[in-house]
Amino acid sequence: MSAERSGSAPEARGCVGGALPVRLLFELEARKSASADVEREPVVELEVPDLDSSDPLLAKARSRPAALPVLAEPEIARHYARLAARNYSVDTGFYPLGSCTMKYNPRINEQVARLKGLTDAHPYLDEYVAQGLLGFMFELQEMLAEIAGMSAVTLQPSAGAHGELTALLCIRAYHADNGNARRRVIIPDTAHGTNPATVSMAGYEATQVPSDARGGVDVDALRSVLGPDVAAIMLTNPNTLGLFDENVCEITRLVHEAGALAFCDGANMNAILGRARPGDMGFDALHLNLHKTFGTPHGGGGPGAGPVAVGRKLAPYLPAPVVHHSEDGLFRLKRPSKSIGRMRSFYGNVGVLVRAYAYIRALGADGLREVADQAVLSANYLMRRLEGAYDLPYQRTCMHEFVLSGRRQKREHGVRTLDIAKRLLDYGIHPPTVYFPLVVDEAIMIEPTETESLDALDDFAAAMLAIAEEAAIDPDLVRGAPYSTPVRRLDEARAAKHPDLAWKPPAAE
Amino acid sequence: MRFIPVSDAQRDAMLRVVGVPGVDSLFEVIPRGVRLDRPLDLPHPMNEQALRRHLDDVAYHGCPCQLVPFLGAGCYDHYVPAIVDAVISKPEFFTAYTPYQAEVSQGTLQAIYEFQSMICMLTGMDVANASMYDGATALVEAAYLAVHQTGRRRVIVASTIHPEWLETLLTYATAGLIDPVVVPAERGLVDLAALREQVADAAAVLVASPNFFGHIEDLAAIRAIADNVGALMVVAANPILLGLIEPPSAFGADVVVGEGQPLGCPMTFGGPGFGFFACKQQFVRRMPGRIVGRTVDVEGRDAFVLTMQAREQHIRRERATSNICSNHSLLALAASVYLASLGPDGLEQVARVCCANARYLRAKLVATGMFDPAFMDDDGDEPAFGYEFVLRYHGDVTEMQGRMLELGYLAGLDLGRIDEEHDGLVLFAVTEQRTREEIDAFVREVAHP
Repeated sequence: MSAERSGSAPEARGCVGGALPVRLLFELEARKSASADVEREPVVELEVPDLDSSDPLLAKARSRPAALPVLAEPEIARHYARLAARNYSVDTGFYPLGSCTMKYNPRINEQVARLKGLTDAHPYLDEYVAQGLLGFMFELQEMLAEIAGMSAVTLQPSAGAHGELTALLCIRAYHADNGNARRRVIIPDTAHGTNPATVSMAGYEATQVPSDARGGVDVDALRSVLGPDVAAIMLTNPNTLGLFDENVCEITRLVHEAGALAFCDGANMNAILGRARPGDMGFDALHLNLHKTFGTPHGGGGPGAGPVAVGRKLAPYLPAPVVHHSEDGLFRLKRPSKSIGRMRSFYGNVGVLVRAYAYIRALGADGLREVADQAVLSANYLMRRLEGAYDLPYQRTCMHEFVLSGRRQKREHGVRTLDIAKRLLDYGIHPPTVYFPLVVDEAIMIEPTETESLDALDDFAAAMLAIAEEAAIDPDLVRGAPYSTPVRRLDEARAAKHPDLAWKPPAAE
Repeated sequence: MRFIPVSDAQRDAMLRVVGVPGVDSLFEVIPRGVRLDRPLDLPHPMNEQALRRHLDDVAYHGCPCQLVPFLGAGCYDHYVPAIVDAVISKPEFFTAYTPYQAEVSQGTLQAIYEFQSMICMLTGMDVANASMYDGATALVEAAYLAVHQTGRRRVIVASTIHPEWLETLLTYATAGLIDPVVVPAERGLVDLAALREQVADAAAVLVASPNFFGHIEDLAAIRAIADNVGALMVVAANPILLGLIEPPSAFGADVVVGEGQPLGCPMTFGGPGFGFFACKQQFVRRMPGRIVGRTVDVEGRDAFVLTMQAREQHIRRERATSNICSNHSLLALAASVYLASLGPDGLEQVARVCCANARYLRAKLVATGMFDPAFMDDDGDEPAFGYEFVLRYHGDVTEMQGRMLELGYLAGLDLGRIDEEHDGLVLFAVTEQRTREEIDAFVREVAHP
């Protein structure tokens, strides 16, 4: 393609330096070694005698070196600066991804997560030496339990889906203990994809329950699927339509009546911090996404953390260890009496936990409530600004997010939600979550979070309104978007059909 | 502290657009009975300065960072070059979401593609994913891959793997989808005779090499035993040592997993590191987690995208290969920078210095007369090991470790606290960060109570 365009100046797109080719690390390496061998000093000096040639390890030595690249530091710095310029991020701009809670990541949290007392701490440090660390972890357990309205917390799960699985395995152990093996887990049709996948991984079968006309769980339908073989319900509340399920107490009551337990997917906790607590709604377990609700960075896909808070029934089953505050004032690692075991090595993503701890300590009770208040107000504000131009399937006060439908644009102009999302990129804004939840046709799921200014919200509203007009006047323009990004729409079919997942040196091809 | 950039006047204006008198009205959708009618019971908020002071207290209480570790056991004190943190501190990387919108996520996507490529180069495998939570969960996911691939539920696991990884596998197994059978050890290696007896009808044999005791397992023999029954061989490897020793692919491993923390991630009390997961091409569509592929955009330019998502939970729901959604992207990025900065020679040097340091410490400890090799056979032969090793201490291990802690050393892991059978055994690790002076001083202190 670039050869065909030779003679005309390359187009600069999307970012500073965008006209320059972006090479793979390995291609930089190839260019260098082709020109001259760069002499490198050893990265570390041997101070003791080298391995003896008779050492049994050397019988296992590599027959040839690993085919890794090696780059000088300036090349590495520039390579990743170029890649960084091709990324959108929370610092770049508005990131209204529904159910993802892309809020600002406070910088003090980055700083404290890099304190040497934390980063240099070995997980098998003697408890006496680790009192500071165990103390903050204990306090975080306590604070999350208070926020959730639960009685005990495990910090071990590394992500939301990992927390879901942890909770279901605890529920499984609880039922087994009560001589009551059960088989099914009920999931509303608005659930995140991780919920049914987790159900399978926990050895259960998923039974779907439909939503009612108001967007909550259809309680009659729930009654009809409940039975003695039901182990649990997994319910997101507020749900993925951004709606608080008004029947939540009735739902958890019915579930308990059937001898099952109620798990709350806490992905949307940002809406109700300090306003309501899943424990008070009758839930027995809840996972929290610290990378959503408590401001820890998403890192381009992780690491996150997905602690699980549980009520009294499930507390004895939590994975080991949990941090315990002993009578003598010391913090100790303890195994809950009927622990399911462990969900990973060591104690969890402590570097993420400390950021969430700092976040909660910075905000306090009032600050957390203000988070929910502003998140919900900002969502309702945007919903009012956009409801004329796009269909709004559920005409209710929303919580921290709301779901529009692009069905009118599709029907009248042949412009799909995907096109609208891609066109937003040309306005310099990351698109909302699209085609989810599945119950809304051409869904556009918008979560502004509390850390966006009114200007940012208005810029987004203006862009969405402008795109609705473009869809009517010049649908092809929207269908061909984006035009201004570092690359344009990708050939995803080719990627899946002919997987190229790892670079191979040209000679090997 | 607050992170809300909206003024009171702006809030009032927003309320007018929404058409409610105050924010409280928006929460009336929550049934009265479960609306929280009191403030959360949390500590008072802190300004940034106070918060920093408080977290200094948390981090430095007991001064864990001034200790000199001769301790590994799954988490290692390797040097992290400054460029690693410089790259992962870029907000364009660490404040980005999962790269679902490929057009504005080429940075993360290309970085993951490069990471996958480097994991393949290091392990010798065909394909790798974008990373997992940690080594333990990567091993469990490998067991699931084998179970789905073979239609068998039985997975044979060596008792010589990290006890916490074993416990993780057994915990996942309570779901009833996999049926783990633990094969005992013989002189710190998987007991090949017992493995042969147990292997019938197995989906996979899971081993770690180096194993928990630091020993290199006989992968060729294990491969032959697995082949007899059509079982997959899953090997957990130490990525630093892969700079020096033959990768498991050389012995026909089907899946190679491991804990990536040694590659540029600080210890951070055990997490986050990341898990790596690599396999043969034929299993690619059963791989768990995110995978990035190279393709082209509509103008024919090279571009990268999350691919083969038909395996994943957000598409396949209850029929997904795993429920995993997040990977540990930022730490995979750290590993890429680490590997590119060291290169094959640098990695080999780090591995070699670790191993040489370990042998130097081991010989000096044995020379004190207070330690003996733990796994020597009648001919005086011992298993090959990397930079971790086990010695038997002729004394009270708890007392010795306590005394050394007072002096500022982490004197290995007391294996007797994990398993009574290992009473008196201590697992030491020595990385490239330990100087000869530190090792000499440590031995001097151990030897002269």
